[in-house]
Amino acid sequence: MSGQALLRLRGVSHNFGEALVLDNVDFDVAAGELIGVVGPSGSGKTTLLRVLLGAVVPTGGTVERRRGVRAGYVPQVETVNWHFPVTVAEVVRMARTEGRWQPWPSRQERRDVAAVLDRLGIGALGHRHIRELSGGQQQRVFIARALVSEPDVLCLDEPTSGVDVHTRHEVLHLLGELHADGLAIVLSTHDLNGIAAHLPTLVCLNVSIAGRGSAREVLTPAILERVYGAPMDVLEHAGMPLVVDRERNLAQIVNLRRAGA
Amino acid sequence: MHVLLEPLQFGFLRHALVVCTVAGALCGLLGVFVILRGMSYLGHGLSHAIFGGAAICAAINVNYLVGAGLWGLASGLGISRVTRRRIIGGDAAIGVITTASFAFGIALLGFYSRVRRSIEATVFGNVLGVSRGDVVLVIVVAVVTAAVVIVRYRALLFTTFDPEVAEVSGVNTERVDALLMLLLSFAILASMKVMGVTLIAAALVVPAVSARMLTNSFARMLWLSSSIGAVCGFVGMYLSYHLDVSSGATIVLVGFGLFAVVFAVTGRRGLRRVAGSQHDKPAVVNPLEPVHVD
Repeated sequence: MSGQALLRLRGVSHNFGEALVLDNVDFDVAAGELIGVVGPSGSGKTTLLRVLLGAVVPTGGTVERRRGVRAGYVPQVETVNWHFPVTVAEVVRMARTEGRWQPWPSRQERRDVAAVLDRLGIGALGHRHIRELSGGQQQRVFIARALVSEPDVLCLDEPTSGVDVHTRHEVLHLLGELHADGLAIVLSTHDLNGIAAHLPTLVCLNVSIAGRGSAREVLTPAILERVYGAPMDVLEHAGMPLVVDRERNLAQIVNLRRAGA
Repeated sequence: MHVLLEPLQFGFLRHALVVCTVAGALCGLLGVFVILRGMSYLGHGLSHAIFGGAAICAAINVNYLVGAGLWGLASGLGISRVTRRRIIGGDAAIGVITTASFAFGIALLGFYSRVRRSIEATVFGNVLGVSRGDVVLVIVVAVVTAAVVIVRYRALLFTTFDPEVAEVSGVNTERVDALLMLLLSFAILASMKVMGVTLIAAALVVPAVSARMLTNSFARMLWLSSSIGAVCGFVGMYLSYHLDVSSGATIVLVGFGLFAVVFAVTGRRGLRRVAGSQHDKPAVVNPLEPVHVD
């Protein structure tokens, strides 16, 4: 592979049965990039991440990965079984499943897990059960699990889905710090204003790619309407794009329905 | 003392005592994976599937262990495969595959009278027929299972907790699932003679549920559940002898008694842990204040 690209997709398509979820997608991830993938539900965001991770072999196109590149994956925390009997340290150690058959951790593993937990500011919580943590701390645990395998690219699936505003800020700041340390990050998100507008690079996806560039270049009424199928306006707030629904009558319609009209 | 020593003078009861204790520990160990995967119905289903295999073996005069074991394994793998098609849930997959196998066994009962005789013991459990071979079988299966759980502990834990990320991280989750089904099939086969098809599911689930209420650690839950299972098997077998009740029933009732005690002692704390064995959302939290369960 030439240039700085760690991962490169060319003309990637993928089907689930008869449903086309990715169509002729070109996608590069360069060292140190922070990319947000936005699009409606069912637009292929998660499939794109899984193709990048090598977990899904696409039905068409090519996937190139620079030799030795490692990718870490952070799933949606909404899919986690919070009642499962595991501590924070045990979850992080799961990343080291292959390569050692003994159930107990080696000294090196203990050191590595402690180091990554310290780096994410949850070093004192290793012995805690995962349910005993706050939303931001829970998200950090799963980021720590991905980081302990020392990835070059970190892929996060909807890292702020179902979390409150405070946790969203925590996650965004953490990702900013990891990006500043040189880690390449690809994340999918539904949150156009809370997350996407803050990212340096955005990819707008709805089966095929509708736009790639800065938030200002991608979050335009034309691209958003094409991808989401609904008219949207883009305003400016504090120097950043702010996406709003163009359907001004929406509130009125809801109020009429409430009144039983 | 007489109460404890009296049953030991009978060879078949000594065998039954060993089989019940080891089978209890074995089912307790594997039951941890069964309940944490939200497949508590699996033991029930697999034992019924194996019943179908046993009926076929009796009908065509094939070795019971080989035939029923292979049948159980095929059913387990079938369940895994059907469950992986996400449109069908694990519970529905178990319902479809194992009840079909059970129905096949029932149909054979109608055609072959010799099947009926050997199958009745399989359904309800019978300590009278426990031989030295059964003792060897259950010990071998338990030792192999414990060794596999130790060696593949990390992969089993990761696949049980987070199969999607385990797969992405390079764990062959399909192989791990198949391994678990293989262990479960042989555990059920080795335990079925004393527990019976109808009660073996409880021997898998009850010790694990009690252990879950006692700990928040996966490793501790494994040995706690095995120990509870062994105690239930041992005490249940003694009660079976003294009360003249089927061994499967007394083992399960001892397990239920222990569960009731643990339930009462751990109270709300224990309840909360088990109530969420299925995936659900995290606790509603104030991000500034960690939530403490204990």
